[in-house]
Amino acid sequence: MSDLTATLGSSPRDAIAMLGRYLTRMRHAPGMLVITLVAPLAMLVLFGYLFGSAIGIPGGGNYREYLVPGLFVSVAANGILTGMISTAQDQQRGVMDRFRTLPMSRFAVPFGQTASEVLVAAAGLLPLALAGLAVGWRVRGTAGAALGAFALLLLFRWAAAWIGQYLGMLAKSEETAGQLASLTFMLPMVSNTYVPTEGMPGWLRFLADWNPISSVVAACRELFGNAAPVAAADAAWPLHHPVTAALLWSLLLLAVFIPLCVHRYTHTDR
Amino acid sequence: MTSTYAVHSEGLEKRFGAVHALRGLDLAVPEGSICGLLGPNGAGKTTAVRILTTLSTPTAGTARVAGHDVTGDPRAVRRSIGLTGQYASVDGDLTGRENLRLFGRLQGLRGAAARHRADELLERFALTDAADRPSRTYSGGMRRRLDLAACLLTEPPVLFLDEPTTGLDPQSRESIWEGVRQLTRGGSTVLLTTQYLEEADRLADEIVVIDHGTVTATGTPDTLKAAIGSYVEVVVRSTEALPDAGRVLGALTGGEPVLDRAAATAGAATTDPALTLPRVVRELDAAGVALLDATVRRPTLDEVFLRLTRRTTTDKETAA
Repeated sequence: MSDLTATLGSSPRDAIAMLGRYLTRMRHAPGMLVITLVAPLAMLVLFGYLFGSAIGIPGGGNYREYLVPGLFVSVAANGILTGMISTAQDQQRGVMDRFRTLPMSRFAVPFGQTASEVLVAAAGLLPLALAGLAVGWRVRGTAGAALGAFALLLLFRWAAAWIGQYLGMLAKSEETAGQLASLTFMLPMVSNTYVPTEGMPGWLRFLADWNPISSVVAACRELFGNAAPVAAADAAWPLHHPVTAALLWSLLLLAVFIPLCVHRYTHTDR
Repeated sequence: MTSTYAVHSEGLEKRFGAVHALRGLDLAVPEGSICGLLGPNGAGKTTAVRILTTLSTPTAGTARVAGHDVTGDPRAVRRSIGLTGQYASVDGDLTGRENLRLFGRLQGLRGAAARHRADELLERFALTDAADRPSRTYSGGMRRRLDLAACLLTEPPVLFLDEPTTGLDPQSRESIWEGVRQLTRGGSTVLLTTQYLEEADRLADEIVVIDHGTVTATGTPDTLKAAIGSYVEVVVRSTEALPDAGRVLGALTGGEPVLDRAAATAGAATTDPALTLPRVVRELDAAGVALLDATVRRPTLDEVFLRLTRRTTTDKETAA
């Protein structure tokens, strides 16, 4: 456990150095940052006005108000994709192996990477929130509950970043990661992010209701007070207790993927 | 046990499923020396370096680097080493200066110290002009110099250079070699892997030839050359005389003659110190072979290497 003691001593500094690396890369490629910030706005227009005109929600609420919390969560879930791509890149280009031979803690690299992801996500939520307000989304609950929703979103983003990092280490090459990316893009589709799950065929609805993304979306709708349609009586447990379920899901994912990542980072063998 | 060897391995083995990449590798590199790990592609050089730098764990055997066990205390090993090579690279999206500062901080240098050290190394490796360009825009030689600089930030006592000059032009190779020589003058130990005999010949105090995951020969460049003796080579007037020349040389040396039609030469290696040039000429003259030129010389490392690795290939084929 000497590694753990050493981690507590040097990890924050190492993690800050890794964060500095991430931000410097952003500065060199501002285009990436712009895409990260603008893509959710494009989805808002696409779903809010294009598909949304054909989507009805139970209880007949405003679809765009229903959609915005979903988009917040899909931004958070995007951590899987960005974490995966950047990790696979580091692995393929040999940067990861350089880190591995440095006398720093085994936690510093993954912690630094995922912490950076959370910061970028926090920045990415702001333009989306402003655009949401412009198209009719409102915070109808208390300020405390709204802050809780944002905190939950960042927690979920952090969990997503760990998943992405693990998948990136498994993928090893940028090409494989790129192909996996198109799959992770579909994850928010099989949930209540864009459409209510009630209308889905049974097996798909089961998947969608138990998708962690659905719990987080439902929790955000509840915390922001966005006329969340009351969960159907036959909905799965997570949708009846969305805030509890979202927290449990996030913590469970962290509890699984942090040790997996650190183990994989430490023991990768070729 | 504290050894005076900076790198010391015994019976190192590594299996990847059915592939036996290392089969009992013994290394002993004295402090302050340069050891050249020489072998063809797939000989196990990179696997050995990955184990010695804690990137991989051995299936069997032990290894100590700077006195620390690579599996028992990898963290202490990492504090004592620097690695550059095919697999350990810098971040191409950062500039040279940013890379050196980042890796300095990750190795415990504080802000100002990291900045100062980065500038110092950029200067030393003639990268100051390119310091603020993304390192992916660097030429091959500049990139290797940056790699080398990145592992010198904290002046580690043991350096592993995995094929440091593969793919570089001669001028860039010279400048990397000069950088490596400077290191050992400062007391560092260097283990470098290479496919280039010239590189091992020019840099290494001791050469370890490995093939199929095990050591096939060890020694200074001179002892390796001496072990294979001298090399006799004659140029014949007409290529038709080559078979005769080869037969005579084979009988004289006891070695297998090498015939080169294009150059009209026949050659053979010998360990017989009594074999002199006049005797070679007399015997060939008696056999009616007209000569244009004849030499008895010490072999180049290329010839040593070919002999050593060809022998193991044949052994393996016989065994299989």
